[in-house]
Amino acid sequence: MSYVPGQPVTAVVQRIEIHKLRQGDNLILGFSIGGGIDQDPTQNPFSEDKTDKGIYVTRVTEGGPAEIAGLQIGDKIMQVNGWDMTMVTHDQARKRLTKRNEEVVRLLVTRQSLQKAVQQTMMS
Amino acid sequence: MGRRREADPMSTTMDTESTYSGYSHYSGHSKKAHRQGSRDRHKSPRSKDGSRSEKSVTIQTPPAEPLLGNDTSRTEEGQDDNWGETTTAITGTSEHSISQEDIARISKDLEDSVGLDCKRYLGLTVAAVLGLLVFLTPIAFILLPQILWRDDLEPCGTVCEGLFISVAFKLLILLIGTWALFFRQPKADIPRVFVFRALLLVLIFLFVFSYWLFYGVRILDSKDTNYQGIVQYAVSLVDALLFIHYLAIVLLELRQLQPMFTVKVVRSTDGESRYYSLGHLSIQRAALVVLENYYRDFPVYNPALLTASKSRAAKHMAGLKVYNVDGPGNNASGQSRAMIAAAARRRDSSHNELYYEEADHERRVKKRRARLVVAVEEAFTHIKRLQAEEQQKAPGEMMDSREAAQAIFPSMARALQKYLRTTRQQQYHSMESILQHLSFCITNNMTPKAFLERYLSPGPTLQYDRDRWFSKQWTLVSEEAVTSGLQDGIVFVLKCLDFSLVANVKKIPFIKLSEEFIDPKSHKFVLRLQSETSV
Repeated sequence: MSYVPGQPVTAVVQRIEIHKLRQGDNLILGFSIGGGIDQDPTQNPFSEDKTDKGIYVTRVTEGGPAEIAGLQIGDKIMQVNGWDMTMVTHDQARKRLTKRNEEVVRLLVTRQSLQKAVQQTMMS
Repeated sequence: MGRRREADPMSTTMDTESTYSGYSHYSGHSKKAHRQGSRDRHKSPRSKDGSRSEKSVTIQTPPAEPLLGNDTSRTEEGQDDNWGETTTAITGTSEHSISQEDIARISKDLEDSVGLDCKRYLGLTVAAVLGLLVFLTPIAFILLPQILWRDDLEPCGTVCEGLFISVAFKLLILLIGTWALFFRQPKADIPRVFVFRALLLVLIFLFVFSYWLFYGVRILDSKDTNYQGIVQYAVSLVDALLFIHYLAIVLLELRQLQPMFTVKVVRSTDGESRYYSLGHLSIQRAALVVLENYYRDFPVYNPALLTASKSRAAKHMAGLKVYNVDGPGNNASGQSRAMIAAAARRRDSSHNELYYEEADHERRVKKRRARLVVAVEEAFTHIKRLQAEEQQKAPGEMMDSREAAQAIFPSMARALQKYLRTTRQQQYHSMESILQHLSFCITNNMTPKAFLERYLSPGPTLQYDRDRWFSKQWTLVSEEAVTSGLQDGIVFVLKCLDFSLVANVKKIPFIKLSEEFIDPKSHKFVLRLQSETSV
């Protein structure tokens, strides 16, 4: 998950499809994000590399659409509906997730346990 | 292992029980005691030396011969020390004998009064005679031709007379400069001669000697008539003397002003340490600087505070006895190593004792201090200073400061005495000195706290009476020659009778200082956030 400038980022990702829930006038997804290229990466408790300015999931509300879809706390969001999330500002990330005309968002998320699982299966 | 307390022949504590047990094991261990007794005889003088300033008791084991009547006793009758002594205890001081300390002090006093004064005065007289000679030389140069061959001399024109004035003023400046620089009370006796001073004296002597030689040969013998030349010669001498004076200032005073070394001075008895900065000095002058600062900076040496740790250590090692199971080998170092190992492994609670004792002592000191402060504050409220007008109105009750001190002293005397006893300072303050200090404080309008400052904590040695100092005669011990300069890593020790100061010299490191310019406009900041948005 570390970013080497000039090289493509490689990661083991999981596809998560979240159906937004309508609550009054808003469509909510049920999680909180943190991070972004305009934020301080050293305060991120979930990242392995403290210079990683990607978007991370900091909270997942219980019983919400994100939890049902399988999103976990600490996941790094790589793509939302095809749009890249590794080099965006915090506000841009929020906007991409909360578009009013989309009811389903398809995320590509990565986490440490995925990488480890793949390594273990490759070794065995 | 049983805890039999046998007499340990090498112990120096007041272990009175062991004498009796030594007697009871007498017959069974006669041969062993005999061997140990003879070993003891050779070692006992050394053990006496080891216990110099503590009042200690040396107990010698009973030799086997007198009771059992061996043949060997007769051959050893020649030795006077221990013959017939069975369980005699030799104390540090008794009515009819002098202790080791006193003997050492007497011998040192004898040394002082005879040898060293001569050396000091000899040096001073040589320097004084040389100085006088040097001062009178230019005057002699000018006057001698006038006296000896006045008629042949050329008349002295204006230039020549101008030179007289310059000689006079330069001599005056030289005189004032020499007075300012060299006419000082010698403040210390040092073991070896000051190298720079000796060099300067030799230089001056050679210089003046060569001038006189030239004068004698070229002027006196040939009776030179050019008076102006002679006067100019005298002026050149005075100029050169002024330059030598400048050299003396630089060598003796200025060179050591810039700090080059740091000296760490540690007192051997209680670990008090201080750091001092010195320049390029010889070891003996560095020792002088250290001693001058010792009297001002170090708290006074109080032998009453030192006895606790030794008794603790002795208690820790007491009760351990080495038994030789494998045969009659007398492996002393192996035995002592075994004892040390056993003592280290031993689980005792002496640390506990120390902790509680110290906590207790601190509490007691604080309590007594509180009582003392309250008593003194109360005592000081009884006195009021009379203003000048009031002095005429009430003449009857007026007291001067000494009487006022005597009036309020009894109310605080008991609290003060108890406090001094607890902090073991009572021998440093006599009643007379306390009264004097009290009247001094009253005269100068000091508060009770200012009066108490002298008693609440031990001050530097200078504050106390000279009799209590314990440290007047110093010896410098150094591996390098004492006139050699300071180098990094030199260690020298200043010993006096009761303790010593160990000085460790370190060089001040070479400092690389570089410059960096920061534009004041370049101080800009951003907020670093980590916001969390819920989606």
